[in-house]
Amino acid sequence: MGIFDYFRSPKPRSASVAKERLQIIVARERAHRSGPDYLPALHREILAVIRKYVHVDDEAVQMNLEREGDCEVLELNITLPEKD
Amino acid sequence: MARIVVITSGKGGVGKTTTAAALATGLAMQGRKTAVVDFDVGLRNLDLIMGCERRVVYDFVNVINGDANLRQALIKDKRTENLFILPASQTRDKEALTTEGVGRVLEELAREFDFVICDSPAGIEWGALMASYFADEAIVVTNPEVSSVRDSDRMLGILASKTKKAEQGEGAIPARLLLTRYSPQRVDKGEMLSIEDVQDILSIDLLGVIPESQSVLNASNSGVPVVLDQESDAGQAYIDAVARFLGEDRPHRFTTLQKKGFFGRLFGG
Repeated sequence: MGIFDYFRSPKPRSASVAKERLQIIVARERAHRSGPDYLPALHREILAVIRKYVHVDDEAVQMNLEREGDCEVLELNITLPEKD
Repeated sequence: MARIVVITSGKGGVGKTTTAAALATGLAMQGRKTAVVDFDVGLRNLDLIMGCERRVVYDFVNVINGDANLRQALIKDKRTENLFILPASQTRDKEALTTEGVGRVLEELAREFDFVICDSPAGIEWGALMASYFADEAIVVTNPEVSSVRDSDRMLGILASKTKKAEQGEGAIPARLLLTRYSPQRVDKGEMLSIEDVQDILSIDLLGVIPESQSVLNASNSGVPVVLDQESDAGQAYIDAVARFLGEDRPHRFTTLQKKGFFGRLFGG
């Protein structure tokens, strides 16, 4: 940095933005990778069963696999549509 | 038995072939009998980087199909003793690399050589999977840039599950990071991910850092592996990486900004 640089407005440091974005996406992709292969199929089938009874969109079923030590917890969240 | 080493990255254009050529040449210079194999079927380029493109008669796929034997297909390097190149074929048939065929050729190479360096194609398709499948270890070539780092992480996932060793329950093969096109100036300005940033994200050991350097393009222009340009920063950085690969403990060079004098600091630049 020369003295002239002090008069310029400070630029956002793009490297730290890059690192932050990478940390988030890499963590997400790793979690996805380490999950069992049957998760996407399970998700599809659960959605199909629910649709037999209620009309919901793809986002209605949220699955989340959490690991605590040796124990794995599959969290399933189904959002039903609001009644009009 | 040879150590089979895959040079991989996921993303294209980050320096896999440059690294394969430099590492193979560096190992041969250290007296290790080394074969470097181009897995980029359809888009061979290792021959060009090694400067032996006019001497290709038979290729990898010819050997797999039994049209030629290894002795006929291996090109002996003219500059460096102990160094042989197995070029990829130009066929567009990617299925030409069968698991059985690749395994057979690598096994034969492993009996005769100290090191077999597999230059992987970009992507995560068949050719890339085959390049890493029989490997004992991996070098992941990464640029300090978002898409390259993300793809490297993806590739690490593949190395952990899709190699022969992983399938046999031996877990992930050891993988080390080679950071290329590194610019300490840009890191200092906060414009480029630093070594520590990339290591934080990928969490693998660092084999080397190759600075962004004109000598790399000069080397590929003339078909001479950059490691032979011992005047150049990139050439020296590759020599250090080869020494580390062989177990030597060497400090990383060309990774920090040269401190400028008083006037340099005053007027920037």
